[in-house]
Amino acid sequence: MSILQVKNLHVSVDTDQGAKEILRGVDLTIRSGEIHAVMGPNGSGKSTLAYSIAGHPKYTVTDGEILLDGENVLEMSVDERARAGLFLAMQYPVEIPGVSVSNFLRTAKTAVTGEAPALRTWIKDVREAMDNLKIDSTFSERNVNEGFSGGEKKRHEILQLELLKPRFAILDETDSGLDVDALKIVSEGVNRAHAASDLGVLLITHYTRILRYIKPDFVHVFVAGKIAEEGGPELADRLEAEGYDRYVKA
Amino acid sequence: MGAPVQHGLTEHSHGAGVPLQIRSDRLRSSSVADFPEITKQQDLWRYLDADQLKGLDADVLAEYSEQVSFSGPAGVDFEWILSSAAPVGSIGLPEDRVSAAGYTNASKTLLVKIADELNSSEEIKISVHGDSTSASALHVFISAGKFSNTTLIIEHTGLGVLSENVEIAVAAEAKLNLVTLQNWDKGSAHVSAHFAKLERNSYLKHTVASFGGDLVRVTPIATFSGPGAEVELNGVYFAEAGQHLENRPFVDHAAPNCKSRVTYKGALQGEKAHTVWIGDVLIRAIAEGTDTYELNRNLLLTDGTRADSVPNLEIETGEIEGAGHASASGRFDDEHLFYLQARGITPDEARRLVVLGFLVEVIQKTGIPTLVDSLTSLLEEKLNRN
Repeated sequence: MSILQVKNLHVSVDTDQGAKEILRGVDLTIRSGEIHAVMGPNGSGKSTLAYSIAGHPKYTVTDGEILLDGENVLEMSVDERARAGLFLAMQYPVEIPGVSVSNFLRTAKTAVTGEAPALRTWIKDVREAMDNLKIDSTFSERNVNEGFSGGEKKRHEILQLELLKPRFAILDETDSGLDVDALKIVSEGVNRAHAASDLGVLLITHYTRILRYIKPDFVHVFVAGKIAEEGGPELADRLEAEGYDRYVKA
Repeated sequence: MGAPVQHGLTEHSHGAGVPLQIRSDRLRSSSVADFPEITKQQDLWRYLDADQLKGLDADVLAEYSEQVSFSGPAGVDFEWILSSAAPVGSIGLPEDRVSAAGYTNASKTLLVKIADELNSSEEIKISVHGDSTSASALHVFISAGKFSNTTLIIEHTGLGVLSENVEIAVAAEAKLNLVTLQNWDKGSAHVSAHFAKLERNSYLKHTVASFGGDLVRVTPIATFSGPGAEVELNGVYFAEAGQHLENRPFVDHAAPNCKSRVTYKGALQGEKAHTVWIGDVLIRAIAEGTDTYELNRNLLLTDGTRADSVPNLEIETGEIEGAGHASASGRFDDEHLFYLQARGITPDEARRLVVLGFLVEVIQKTGIPTLVDSLTSLLEEKLNRN
């Protein structure tokens, strides 16, 4: 059992007009096996929360803590966080010139586990995971995200999730830009990873659509850089019916 | 045919400014006097300052022959012949002042004669090793006989200031895999003109690998003189602080049904690391059925670097199979680093992964495993320096 705690997190970014505070005291606790949905309107800071946990250099934590089983995550570099078991599925995965998917996956797996995977089982695992996500085998030899469609990029993110087996996954609007078929495939991948390794999930989304396929245990409504309301899955249903107006106008 | 869209890449511009000089009209002469003093105003020299040439543009250069050694399998003959004798000059004449200076001042030429039908996996090696900065001249003539199939490596090491002309005669049905490696010490300048002529159904794989030297400028020219021939002009380079690495490949489609592929990739790291790639392809009226594609990609690893990249395609017939080019220079930026780090990969490993993945691909095209290993180690050394 692991636990990821975000306590009173304040985060700002540098802008031309100086530092701008985006997160204004976020508190959130996720345990192994739990699925948390963070929902909110555009600009509420959802993605900032995701990137801050992963350690993107653009964001400065001005107050608060992030703890993984009591360890101070904020003192870790980006790669140390990943090796500690945190995974961020990116909203906009970048293209990496010159690095093939197969080379990338093997290098990442070696990095997170601390040793090179046994070749034969690794190749089989990769092929199986790609089949499950309906990723064509030719993708192995293509450069990471280069020329991938939006849907292919998202499936490639979930492929990494399934292969790297983190303790906690943060999915940053993984559902955006996906058609229904792709959404189902991606959701199945998340559910597989969740079932296989007691993964804790922080699912960041603007829409309730993905929650038809990935069932959250907890729903948090994110407004103006903090959590405005929390509840169970029924809160998502209410958002579906009413939208965010109630929070934004308040 | 467009380049694939890639994050962080900027496309080259098409036809900016002045019309290009028609490539086939360019002056060819073995006499230095026929070429004007080098200035930045000349299109051929616009990317460097004359003093970077360390005296290679002078009228008189020293002979370089003492520091050249060679080896090869039976069936390959090496001989120093007078540069006034045949076949010297039969494949190509200088197209610029430094090449002409090298041509005039190399009184002897190393003739490498590969016998007809010689099929050997043993590499032919020419080692050029320098230990001085006096501007000097070297001329090499490589003759690959009919139906031969061989690999030849020219390796440049040590300290040198060298104008080099290399003529490459690829006879009918011959296959030649040629690599020229420039790994000079700091303080070196090397300007090398390669002239290749491909007879009917021949094949030349030509690889320029430039890593060490203050200035390295290689201008490979491949001319098709018979139908059905194929050339691959490949290049790989890694420029560090203060280095200027320039490549100007040119494919002259002067015969029908020939195929050319030009692939150059480079990485730049450190203050004032500068690379230049000018890729010319000329498809003459007679060259129906031509199939050509040229590509240049540059990876800018740090601030303060500059990569110039210009593809030029001149087409005199519409009856071709295909003609295309792509050129792009992109940065290895914080977002790339973040993505790889977010998967547990350390920053050093991320940089290594990206650069090796990008460049080793070109080295692998040579199909010479020992070269792939040694150049991969060399690149790793350079990356560790940053």
